[in-house]
Amino acid sequence: MNVRVPRPTPGTDTEIPVGDPHESAADRRAHLPLTHPQLPRWSPALVAVLAASATGLVALTLGWGLPLWALGAVAVYLVALPLWARSVEGGRAAKDRLVTALVWGAFGVALIPLVSLVWEVLSNGLGVIDREFLTYSMRNIVGEGGGIYHAMIGTLLVTAAAALMSVPVGLMTAIYLVEYGGKSRLARTITFLVDVMTGIPSIVAGLFAYALFVLFFGEGIRFGFGGAVALSLLMIPIVVRSGEEMLRLVPNDLREASYALGVPKWRTIVKVVVPTSLGGIITGVTLAVARVAGETAPLLIIAGSTDSLNRNLFDERMMTLPVFIYYSYTQPGVPPEFGQERAWGAALVLILIVMALNLLARAVGRRYAPKSGR
Amino acid sequence: MSTTTAAESAKAKPRARRGDRVFAGTARGAGLLIMLALAGVAVFLTIEGIPAVDAPPGKLGGAENLAAFIWPLLFGTLLAALIALLIATPLSLGVALVIAVYAPRSLSKPLGYVIDLLAAVPSVVYGLWGIAFLGPQLVPLYVWLDEHMGWLPFFAGPASTTGKTILTAGVVLAIMALPIITAITREIFAQTPRLQREAALALGATRWEMIQLAVLPYSRSGIVSAVMLGLGRALGETMAVAMVLSASGVVTFNLISNVNPSTIAANIALQFPEATGLGVNALIASGLVLFVITFVVNFTARAIVARSEKRLR
Repeated sequence: MNVRVPRPTPGTDTEIPVGDPHESAADRRAHLPLTHPQLPRWSPALVAVLAASATGLVALTLGWGLPLWALGAVAVYLVALPLWARSVEGGRAAKDRLVTALVWGAFGVALIPLVSLVWEVLSNGLGVIDREFLTYSMRNIVGEGGGIYHAMIGTLLVTAAAALMSVPVGLMTAIYLVEYGGKSRLARTITFLVDVMTGIPSIVAGLFAYALFVLFFGEGIRFGFGGAVALSLLMIPIVVRSGEEMLRLVPNDLREASYALGVPKWRTIVKVVVPTSLGGIITGVTLAVARVAGETAPLLIIAGSTDSLNRNLFDERMMTLPVFIYYSYTQPGVPPEFGQERAWGAALVLILIVMALNLLARAVGRRYAPKSGR
Repeated sequence: MSTTTAAESAKAKPRARRGDRVFAGTARGAGLLIMLALAGVAVFLTIEGIPAVDAPPGKLGGAENLAAFIWPLLFGTLLAALIALLIATPLSLGVALVIAVYAPRSLSKPLGYVIDLLAAVPSVVYGLWGIAFLGPQLVPLYVWLDEHMGWLPFFAGPASTTGKTILTAGVVLAIMALPIITAITREIFAQTPRLQREAALALGATRWEMIQLAVLPYSRSGIVSAVMLGLGRALGETMAVAMVLSASGVVTFNLISNVNPSTIAANIALQFPEATGLGVNALIASGLVLFVITFVVNFTARAIVARSEKRLR
């Protein structure tokens, strides 16, 4: 039988008989200790250091690389700490420590690709970006030189056109869902379908735009506006969802106060409800723009690629940043170094744009967060 | 008019005017437009996909008919997505637990942002990273797997020397599906009744026991649907696979060789720019298959979410 004897604490001098044959079950329950022995707070850190150094020693002698060393250290940690905990604290605590280590380990593993990706893009892309890179197109350029001006303009135009189409439709839908739809069947169906729409593969959106415009313009159609249509199919659900959430945050008192003054419902929405939640709506739109600005597949299908600057959305192929990255890396030309360098530079620019939009969205969201009346 | 009806009519019913009718109609129209667009996707893909049904083998990449053209692609799509989910699911559950349960309050929000950043990285950049960094890094692992686990059909080899294998593609897809699964599961974990969690802890449960008792039972269906949404992402992801995979359109379970099945989405991205005539129609038909699959997966997942949300409220 496994009965733990509590450590004698100062100030108490009660004798606790253990294993006395005449002791009743009730007595024994009464004498169960109230405190358990615990590992000190610094024990995980100690085990981690020991595991790292022990496997480090092995790694040095056997000539392992960093990934193998890290893997070994984690494995040793996962075995050692629960074993120690088991001998001192018991099996339940050991299991808890094991799960804690596993869960945090999963988090660490998830961070590896992010850190490595940012590092790769920064180290490969920083050297490429200069004035020429940002202000030249690729027209008539073979080998070194050239830039991404045409691709940046293309991304800007296509994304702006997509936003111009998605924001009104998305916002009006959100208004319908919150202000008019209520719990009606139509409103519930739209909410559900919008959710399902967020999962449409981006390449399918591109195919949709192509299949739509090929009916009007014939085979092989490629133009920027088609890309905008495809992107807006991806963007609308995001705008609707965030808009809906923000409109629901507007306190009902505001609406009722406005109605009480005799203001019609539509003016209440335009002048009271939407301005109140404007910050959140802008956040949602910015996040949606950030999401579609990095979309490649639909633009590859319908906007095509070109080396020249094209400012006309409705005619001819249009280069965009993601497509530029794709073609620069997979078809770099001869010699391949220059094309691949440009791909990394463009990837860095694209990431910077997307991250800047994300940060902007968060900042706007925090600055203009609606007061929810609490 | 009695006082009761007066009190009832005071329940915020504004006067309806023409502006109201126009505005309400526009809002309703926008909602209908979205449904129309979704239906349009299915309709236009079908219109453009149908001619491929009796396309000659020359336009189908050598396949005899449309089904024989799409099947290997479908196989590759499912295989890559399965690998991605096998990797992403345990990881994202761990990450979600960290954010929702383990991390201290002040830390959990920033940690959530960091994971969201993973979702913000454009897919083409993942492709670039996968082909230039991750693939070569994984080559030693493939060589090792080939040498020591070669008796398993998955690692039959010969090991790729470039790392452009379906396993690499699966790893990249896992990274891209992870933020989606995490975002939903962490929300579901956070929604579990706080009182029960605290009660479990107060009764002396360890944190893991508390999770087993008070968190997981409430979130089982949510986890299932989150994984399915991740599946939807992994099925439809295009550029990362198109760049990372060296595809030859075969059906094989060998995960680490140079000869890999392609996926529907990647195949479209690779072939579409040069396709003509019925070849385009065949690609669109394969896109329709992809659309139907992802639609069903997402539909089911969202239906489960909606049901579990109703139950929690």
